[in-house]
Amino acid sequence: MIKRRVTWLALAMLALSAGFLLWQLKGPTGFILTLRGTKLATLIMVGAATGAATILFQTVAANQLLTPGLVGFDALYVFLQTLLVFLLGGVGYAAIPAAAGFLAEAGLMILVAVIVFRLLFRNGGADVIRILLTGVILGIMLRGLAELLQRLLDPAEFSVVQQASFASFSAVSPAQLAITGTALAIALFLCARMAPRLDVAALGRPVARGLGLDYDRLIMQALALVAALVAISTALVGPLTFLGLLAASLARELVPTHRHAWLIPAAALTGALILVAGQFVFERLLGQQSTLSVIVEFFGGLLFIALIFRRRTL
Amino acid sequence: MIEVSNLSYSAGQAQILRDISLTIPQGGITAIIGPNGAGKSSLLHCIAGLLTPSGGQVRIDGLDPFDAPHRDRARAVALLQQTPRIATRLRVRELVAFGRWPHHGGRPGPEDARLTEEALATFDLTPLADRSLETLSGGQRQRALVAMTWAQSAPWLLLDEPLNALDPKYARDLMERLHDLTRPAPEQRSVVVVIHDINAAAGWADRVIALKDGEIGASGPCNDIMTPATLHAVFGMAFDVIDHKQRPVVIAR
Amino acid sequence: MRLPLIIALVLAALVTASLCIGAASLFAGDLDAGFLIATSRFPRTAAALLAGMGLALAGVVVQQSVQNRLVEPSLIGTPESAMLGLLAITLAWPGAPIWIKMCSGALAALAGMAGFLGLARALPRHDPMLLPIVGMIYGGILMAVGLWLAWVTDLMQYLGTWRLSEFSGVVQGRYELLWGIAALAVLLYLVADRITLLGLGETQARSLGLNYGQTRALGLGIVATIIALVVVTVGTLPFVGLVASNIVSRWRGDNLRANLPVIAAFGAGAVLAADILGRLIRYPYEIPAGTIFAVAGAGIFLWLLNAAPARAHD
Repeated sequence: MIKRRVTWLALAMLALSAGFLLWQLKGPTGFILTLRGTKLATLIMVGAATGAATILFQTVAANQLLTPGLVGFDALYVFLQTLLVFLLGGVGYAAIPAAAGFLAEAGLMILVAVIVFRLLFRNGGADVIRILLTGVILGIMLRGLAELLQRLLDPAEFSVVQQASFASFSAVSPAQLAITGTALAIALFLCARMAPRLDVAALGRPVARGLGLDYDRLIMQALALVAALVAISTALVGPLTFLGLLAASLARELVPTHRHAWLIPAAALTGALILVAGQFVFERLLGQQSTLSVIVEFFGGLLFIALIFRRRTL
Repeated sequence: MIEVSNLSYSAGQAQILRDISLTIPQGGITAIIGPNGAGKSSLLHCIAGLLTPSGGQVRIDGLDPFDAPHRDRARAVALLQQTPRIATRLRVRELVAFGRWPHHGGRPGPEDARLTEEALATFDLTPLADRSLETLSGGQRQRALVAMTWAQSAPWLLLDEPLNALDPKYARDLMERLHDLTRPAPEQRSVVVVIHDINAAAGWADRVIALKDGEIGASGPCNDIMTPATLHAVFGMAFDVIDHKQRPVVIAR
Repeated sequence: MRLPLIIALVLAALVTASLCIGAASLFAGDLDAGFLIATSRFPRTAAALLAGMGLALAGVVVQQSVQNRLVEPSLIGTPESAMLGLLAITLAWPGAPIWIKMCSGALAALAGMAGFLGLARALPRHDPMLLPIVGMIYGGILMAVGLWLAWVTDLMQYLGTWRLSEFSGVVQGRYELLWGIAALAVLLYLVADRITLLGLGETQARSLGLNYGQTRALGLGIVATIIALVVVTVGTLPFVGLVASNIVSRWRGDNLRANLPVIAAFGAGAVLAADILGRLIRYPYEIPAGTIFAVAGAGIFLWLLNAAPARAHD
């Protein structure tokens, strides 16, 4: 049954992609297809990266309400990026090849994310609400710091980073897509390899260690992957706090299993579906550009509150 | 005198109190006992005018607590709720001084200061008066709260499970203090206390009201209630009652 | 007697600094110094002081009303509600006089707080840290609605000025509404005891003869008016109420009759200091006080969250 559900998700994704590309196609078809194809690829990659990252993170944190976005991971990425521009200068930053720049940012992100996570969970993660609140406030502080740095930059340099700080799905270059696409493929491959061990890790540290899993090492590896995935999606479109929660929660409803080998692809597909379907509805049917991120935040927030009330615990 | 007639109370669908009528004469300690969920706490809050009943009436020395202005009511009856969660950072003296609020409404006079100090002294809190509440132990904190209610100078003091979280020594000290203070001299006050520990009631109460399923199972002088037959009827289990220094002691069989 | 003197000295020093510092020099002689002070520097200084005082007081009232010291208006969606009210009136009656807009904002802020109180009451767990999380998500949802509304009606620039506090635009004739905060502060001081009583919780406060519902409605009405005034004249400042009341409370306890003036002075001084700092960091350019406060306030909040509980104030 699980397998069939995931297959259905994949088929729905294919059908939706076709619709997205071909809906009312006219005029210079080649040009429009390239434009739409770039946008479609961006949406799918962001959705998939966010969905997969959230499932991984929830297993690492042993809690299905926490998401990387909620505890400020994407704010961290924006801050690090701004910091790089600030330190290197706009010209220096632009001189770095795109691939090297992304790798440096992602590497830095992984390093800092692991340190921050260690600090947050230093008491074994028992006090989830404190961790969540600390993460949220940390996110606000990092966003403030990034903004402060941006104000200290020259206006010209400012525009280099500004595009990364507000979610938009239209301004991605093909070169960027190629780099992040490769990174995403590698990351998802590593997720798949890690999946069986994550199933064990989800049983909790004592049990997992009893079963012979090197729990602490796996957690660090998973966390590094989460950081990389967040870097991928934030680099493409900027922060989206609640997409991960929507994708992961919906995937758990649609594909009720504990097995990460299915959960991760399901969440990745769900995330991509939400974004592509949302963009399709808003852009093509309602004729409204760029409101998708706002809608995702709205429904994500509602879902979060509903989850707190339904679960009665965090 | 507290007069309750035909009092009913329901929370949502659940009927908590059913048609309760009772009178509590002035002076002494009256204990409300009964199994969990019998409605003890609801009865106390209804008497204090803090829960609105679905039927019946309450008179405290002739005053209708639901109708009277809030501050008049608070001068007639003071209630201490069960383990109140106080997030406010106050010193002991500041907390106790708030007991005088219904009297001065924000403009304390010398008389209020005097009565605050008196309440502090009555409950041995003078040495702790300048300490912050959150630095106190559970027992000291509870004493400070009782002192605040005491400083309210209401003839009726209603305490909801005041012995919760108290060590045996503090529990005894508190009940002993209340017992002494409710004797006729120097000023007569009356205490109504909800207690789940039957022996605390047996040891200190003058009168006992036993609730069962939202109705009065039995009520009367302490010695009349603390009998194996009555207790069995109320709690649905067997007890032995022995006499120790003229007070009943209840032992679950 | 020493404390009022110290507070007065610090505030006087800040005010002097604020009057002297700015892009145009007072002493260069190319501008009439008196004119500059009267039309720009003094209004700006007064606006920062008044807004800081109002936000600090609003924070205290909200904390006492929900018996939780980790919240304040900006953490429970109040400024966002006020913005929705302002947006609504701007749409419905574009030429409305400013006081009508103000009233609409205040009413919406009040409704927003009522909604939050309903949520808080229904919250399954009484964990003090859960409340700010739910409050921030609630604010995020309201903000998403506001963003969407502003987007489809082309009012984004209004929203921008309400969202981030900046005092550089304050000149004579554009801030006088803020003096209303001074009147509200006096009113609040008159009922300081009642506000302290709110913090004892509903049952205990009522048992002491307080008309709980009425007092809370009065307090929150004052909060709503303050927030609407601040949002409409200078924009929101996060964390002022939280920081001011927590620091003063750790130091001097919560007897508001004695401490309300200290809290008000602290908030006023902190906001003015943030504004001065914003003028100095990248002189002659300016960094909004809101940005500085977001960083500093979030840092202090993190410390409050993770520091040991306060010692006795003795």
